Amino acid sequence: MTTTDDTTQHPERHAAGLFDIRNIIGALLAIYGVVLLLTAAFGGNGPSAKNSSANLWMGIALLVFGVLFLLWARLRPIVVDEVALQHELADDQGPAGHGPAE
Amino acid sequence: MTVLESSTLRLDASWVDYLLVGIYFLFVLGIGLMARRSVSSSLDFFLSGRSLPAWVTGLAFISANLGAVEIMGMSANGAALGMPTFHYYWIGAIPAMLFLAVVMMPFYYGSKVRSVPEFMHRRFGPAAHLVNAISFAVAQVLIAGVNLYLLATIVNSLLGWPIWVSTVIAAVIVLCYITLGGLSAAIYNEVLQFFVIVAALAPLTVIALDKVGGWSGLKAKMAHAGTSGQLSSWPGNSLTQYSSDVWSAVGIVLGLGFVLSFGYWTTNFVEVQRAMASKDMNSARRAPVIGSFPKMFIPFIIILPGMIAAVIVPELAKYKANGGKGGGITYNDSILLLMRDLLPNGLLGVAIAGMLAAFMAGMAANISAFNTVMSYDIWQSYVQKHKPDHFYTSFGRWATLVATIIAIGTSFFAGQYSNMMNYLQTLFGFFNAPLFATFILGMFWKKMSAAAGWTGLVAGTIAAVVMAVLSNDALGGASVGVVNLSGQGAAFVAAGAAFVVDIVVSVLVTAISRPRPESELRGLVYSLTPREDIRGERVSHWWESPTKLAGVSLLLVIILNAIFH
Repeated sequence: MTTTDDTTQHPERHAAGLFDIRNIIGALLAIYGVVLLLTAAFGGNGPSAKNSSANLWMGIALLVFGVLFLLWARLRPIVVDEVALQHELADDQGPAGHGPAE
Repeated sequence: MTVLESSTLRLDASWVDYLLVGIYFLFVLGIGLMARRSVSSSLDFFLSGRSLPAWVTGLAFISANLGAVEIMGMSANGAALGMPTFHYYWIGAIPAMLFLAVVMMPFYYGSKVRSVPEFMHRRFGPAAHLVNAISFAVAQVLIAGVNLYLLATIVNSLLGWPIWVSTVIAAVIVLCYITLGGLSAAIYNEVLQFFVIVAALAPLTVIALDKVGGWSGLKAKMAHAGTSGQLSSWPGNSLTQYSSDVWSAVGIVLGLGFVLSFGYWTTNFVEVQRAMASKDMNSARRAPVIGSFPKMFIPFIIILPGMIAAVIVPELAKYKANGGKGGGITYNDSILLLMRDLLPNGLLGVAIAGMLAAFMAGMAANISAFNTVMSYDIWQSYVQKHKPDHFYTSFGRWATLVATIIAIGTSFFAGQYSNMMNYLQTLFGFFNAPLFATFILGMFWKKMSAAAGWTGLVAGTIAAVVMAVLSNDALGGASVGVVNLSGQGAAFVAAGAAFVVDIVVSVLVTAISRPRPESELRGLVYSLTPREDIRGERVSHWWESPTKLAGVSLLLVIILNAIFH
């Protein structure tokens, strides 16, 4: 759990960036949206009993939702404080450990 | 008991569906690998947990519970029993979550107890700790078996291989997931999984409602099938299988609403730990309350599809009309059948990804909880005490493998239940109900002795097992049918018996043994914990106050109960 070489390169407070969970959710949902839209556009002749316009509507919904998450992460970034983080990691490895096995 | 033969259900997945599943796994394994190599301080920041935004801990809190078991089990329950299944949410979950937030959480957070066995050890000493650790380990392997069985059903419905081959493959998939580090990023996966599941189930519900002709269409079809009684949630006789309305309502409120659900939500540290990852007391208390809002609406996308499946999927309708026999399917298949009939390729892939994710994560969590308890709480504490760290790490790896193999065995036992909820509630009665009794008593009664701790647990568990064996079917083929109770009503009675016997034995044993010195109990017993240890921070808005937010949640759930009575 050493990230010391990281801290020398970056300023001590920075946005969580790629690892912000909203970016991950946004990216996955947006990709799903695009795949569904492509399926709706080109995969036309599936089993006829099923409602294939569902792919279109859900594709749009997922894409919009994903982009909103990405925008949210962009506009209100979560700031990572390296110094405080180091303290917390040090605390976690302290005696708290696995509890009862004293 | 025809369940071990492979089901006739097949999902027609195309390459688009597999592509969507593949994308999901790339995300999950990618995050897992990076988490293990710890390549970014940003990732550390998220995984160390503190200072996560409140909505993330809130979602992770319910997501840890919104697994496979819930999706398949609750939709099966919806298909078999109809509206009374809503009680599992509005009576059996929300009040207990709010109780956890308002009453228990300050105490957990303030005393920094990290797990149930740890609390047992500090409050009651080694004997209660050992009993609890063993019972916890057994429970985890049994529940892992349920997850594995359900995962195997999906593999079976995709590939059509016999159920035992599917089970072994499912077990290998889970082992890969654990080894490749999927679990080290659990909080990420759970929140991600939540969105994928909603993205799969919400359109399924909308399409199903459209197909059945809306709410009125569903009512008409259920009336036609002669099950319109299942359209009201009270008194819920279909759920308890009691003939008396009054006793049915009492069973739901006391058995499900009090003993089982309070036992589950207040002692289930898989969930509690998500909330404890918060940065301060107020956020920790708010996590379950925030989680309660999505939780109260989730039944609409899980139970409702189950109910609709039971009228529009021909095989399932026939199976239900036959009283749950024949046709090579069971209620557990409801949601898969509905997906097969309604989702076009593409959306089907999203749904499969969500389901696989939920099952895998659920089983992996069971196995890893087993592993921790086995290595540290049992082996290191009582068997081989002073070994170097790497000894326990490699012991843990073997424990993971052994647990997975045992889970293959327990999954075959789980497979004999056509409605998985019956089995799960029985298990919760064995393990959570006595634990809850001991917990509550030990927490509020400072005289309760160390001996009472472990004897109460043992007696409570035995009482529940005896009750389940005496019932018609709570323990599957092992039940003998002396007491005429079946279904989930039997599980409620077994849980109630466990609770009462645990309390009675604890009180009797305390009367003849010596209490622990009060100096050792600070932070463990309510009356001996200074108020400032458990007081939260001041807040500037009402929605930041856990208690007021809990009030809003309670009001909403009462309204929901009134509308859908």
